[in-house]
Amino acid sequence: MAVALILVLIVVGSVAFHLVSPWWWTPIASNWRYIDDTIIMTFWITGTVFVAVVLFTAYCVYRFRHRDGQQAIYEPENRKLEAWLTAITAIGVAAMLAPGLFVWRQFITVPEEATDIEIVGQQWQWSFRLPGADGRLGASDMRLISADNPLGLNKEDPKSRDDILIEGGELHLPIGKPVKALLRSVDVIHDFYVPELRAKMDLVPGQVSYVWFTPTRTGSFEILCAELCGVGHPQMRGTVVVQEAVDYQAWLQDRIVSSFAHLMPAPRDLVAVPD
Amino acid sequence: MVDVPLGSTGAVASHPIDDVELYHPHSWITKYVFSQDAKVIAIQYSLVAFSVGLIALVLSWLMRLQLGFPGVFSFIDANAYYQFITMHGMMMVVYVLTALFLGGFGNYLIPLMVGARDMVFPYVNMLSFWVYLLAVLVLVSSFFAPGGPSGAGWTLYPPQAILSGTPGGQDWGIVLMLVSLMIFIIGFTMGGLNYVVTVLQARARGMTLMRMPLTVWGIFTASFMALLAFPALFVGSVMLLFDRVFGTSFFVPSIVEMGQPLERSGGSPLLFQHLFWFFGHPEVYIVALPAFGIVSDLISTHARRNIFGYRMMVWALLAIGALSFVVWAHHMYVSGMNPYFGFFFATTTLIIAVPTAIKVYNWILTLWRGDIHLTVPMLFALAFIVTFVNGGLTGLFLGNVVVDVPLSDTMFVVAHFHMVMGVAPILVIFGAIYHWYPKITGRMMNDILGKLHFWVTFLGAYAIFFPMHYLGLMGIPRRYHDIGDMAFVPASAHTLNAFITVAALIVGAVQLTFVFNLFWSLRYGKPAGGNPWRATTLEWQTPETPPPHGNWGKELPVVYRWAYDYSVPGADQDFLPQNQPGFTSTAPGGLHG
Ligand code: HEM
Ligand SMILES: [Cu+2]
Ligand SMILES: [Cu+2]
Repeated sequence: MAVALILVLIVVGSVAFHLVSPWWWTPIASNWRYIDDTIIMTFWITGTVFVAVVLFTAYCVYRFRHRDGQQAIYEPENRKLEAWLTAITAIGVAAMLAPGLFVWRQFITVPEEATDIEIVGQQWQWSFRLPGADGRLGASDMRLISADNPLGLNKEDPKSRDDILIEGGELHLPIGKPVKALLRSVDVIHDFYVPELRAKMDLVPGQVSYVWFTPTRTGSFEILCAELCGVGHPQMRGTVVVQEAVDYQAWLQDRIVSSFAHLMPAPRDLVAVPD
Repeated sequence: MVDVPLGSTGAVASHPIDDVELYHPHSWITKYVFSQDAKVIAIQYSLVAFSVGLIALVLSWLMRLQLGFPGVFSFIDANAYYQFITMHGMMMVVYVLTALFLGGFGNYLIPLMVGARDMVFPYVNMLSFWVYLLAVLVLVSSFFAPGGPSGAGWTLYPPQAILSGTPGGQDWGIVLMLVSLMIFIIGFTMGGLNYVVTVLQARARGMTLMRMPLTVWGIFTASFMALLAFPALFVGSVMLLFDRVFGTSFFVPSIVEMGQPLERSGGSPLLFQHLFWFFGHPEVYIVALPAFGIVSDLISTHARRNIFGYRMMVWALLAIGALSFVVWAHHMYVSGMNPYFGFFFATTTLIIAVPTAIKVYNWILTLWRGDIHLTVPMLFALAFIVTFVNGGLTGLFLGNVVVDVPLSDTMFVVAHFHMVMGVAPILVIFGAIYHWYPKITGRMMNDILGKLHFWVTFLGAYAIFFPMHYLGLMGIPRRYHDIGDMAFVPASAHTLNAFITVAALIVGAVQLTFVFNLFWSLRYGKPAGGNPWRATTLEWQTPETPPPHGNWGKELPVVYRWAYDYSVPGADQDFLPQNQPGFTSTAPGGLHG
């Protein structure tokens, strides 16, 4: 009796906690509302199953608790019931998987018009690179990294000349414009994570990964590292500042002084390096 | 071997085997220390695993103290915190749960439940334990090594695991960790071969595969999987050790560490992740399947009702075991691997939900129209259902690739896996100990202490891990020594963290009542008799309790029926032991003989 009651209370408590507790996701600031929608739908389906299973258990505990003279039924199988339950489960699972895969396809398909930017991780800070006037990022190589070339850009590549480098600072982005962030790490694995953008992807040394999103709300949002990268992991923070287009352009003009050409004198012959 | 046709219930002459004197141990040392008796080895395994579990529990307290009251305990700095999570995680998963379920329960129960005298290779079985002990000692020694234990996280991802920015990366920590894992795997392989071969080769007459208790099925399947999965970890460990000690580049590409270029190139950090999770995911089920099996038997026995859908249960176990080898990369959705893998791995992962759900349905359908005795083992089984369903359902979030993106590497994941592979299997372990303790010692454990232990552990663990999901949903990453100031985190979240810590301290403390009960009942527990739960399976039918070396005396049991003849209509008691001939029920379950 008490046991059944406590099981019911667990269900009621869990549902109540879900509905009224103040702990919930942060308001979204990117185009990934679909992800939120899929989560909500998953909460509904799984929540229903949880409530049903635990309440049924509570019912059984109450109704079939041992009393004198009670005997359990002997029924080893019930093919029909088992088949039904299997089919219903399969449908429920498919109902979650299908939209999930559909949204995943969007998540990994970068729109044509997206601007390439680069996010570089190192223990324990974030750096960024924006393409200059040419809209393209120049080539880079880990072996070129030095004190005055912290991201290892190839100075022979003309595309690199106008790239704007931001070390350990703020990443500014214009609102409403899709960006494709190319992710690179110079030392260990890090993870670019901005809760408000809902996006997240590892930065892996030795390769370039990517994530894309469209900022939909102005404001500044915290960049966290979401992959253990050594003792400084929780301190590895940065900021994304999403601005209206005009404000963004103004900010960008001020940055021209930190373009790669300013950091490093040009070599005599520039040879284009293929992308 | 199986010479009793299904359905035949006439008595069959048993197969007397003369007790060979030479076979028994003669000295105290060979009986209790270097013992080749699976039951003694089981207890040795369990005691060591429990001790490691206590260390891991204390570590979890320390981590929780830091998370609940950041900065108050100055000795828990970032270094120490990362060492604690690493040791806590690795200990719990490998050295506690795997060792307890397979080395502990596997050794004790397999021979008894299939009607064998012992494991088929007793000597190798003994070695397995001593090698395991060595692995534990090497692991624990890293607390005392220069630089302390590794702080790479239990996943040990390179390159950070072997670099100086990670505790133990350039000291002894990571080396001892990898060496210990390799030793563990060697020891496990000796045991695992035993468990598998014993089930296949040493079953009593009449014990067909489809008459085996689900406990045996669970442990058997898990052992088989472990034999296939651990080699991947072994290989990964060897290569990582080479990278660390000999400067090879299996997993290290050209990188610049703290401004210094390293002399490495060409390695792939992702390769390690694939190897790790090729082991790591099946590992989850290596812990879960024995728990599934055991809990099935607990529910059936204490609800006095045959397990519902036995054949489905067996097939579901096997299906889960097989599928769990093709889902590993669901741990790597945001790892930078080829994103198209996401489609494949999300699909396989969600498919596993179907056989898993079938198991849950069959457990609760076993309760339905049963005769439920709310004994302590049954309470733990019920709690398992609640926590396992909860944790399994949040797995559907994390498995569904795009939903995983915001949640991955947050406290949501920590809450999910603790619920499903931490709390749920541990509840089964407790239930199983309350259930089999009378067979092991001849005495019952104290019921009142057991209930106290149960309620505090169950409700406390739920209070720790249920709210934790919402911290992750909010965006708080895992493995943060200090969440510090995050603009999106309200002050109330810190209150919640403090609450979780208090709950964790209480749950930890109440485990002392369990330890006390274990020792107290040894002397003062009620004498249990041979079969206090009136159970059908063979271990309860031994001529002596606790069973001596060789288990069965002169005659091995002969099996006439499946393990679940409870409340058979017309029978004069509500259970028919597997070795009882005669009486066949007319119900559809007659097909099990
Ligand atoms: C009351 C019991 C327990 C408490 C309070 C507890 C607490 C914790 C905490 C605070 C963390 C670190 C979270 C973070 O900062 O990321 C952690 C990590 C972990 N725990 Fe537990 N834990 C408990 C039991 C268990 C059990 C039974 C298992 C067995 C599966 C387990 C497995 C792990 C693993 C694998 C990790 C991850 C370590 C890593 O991130 O590398 N824990 N636990
Ligand atoms: Cu990090
Ligand atoms: Cu997995």
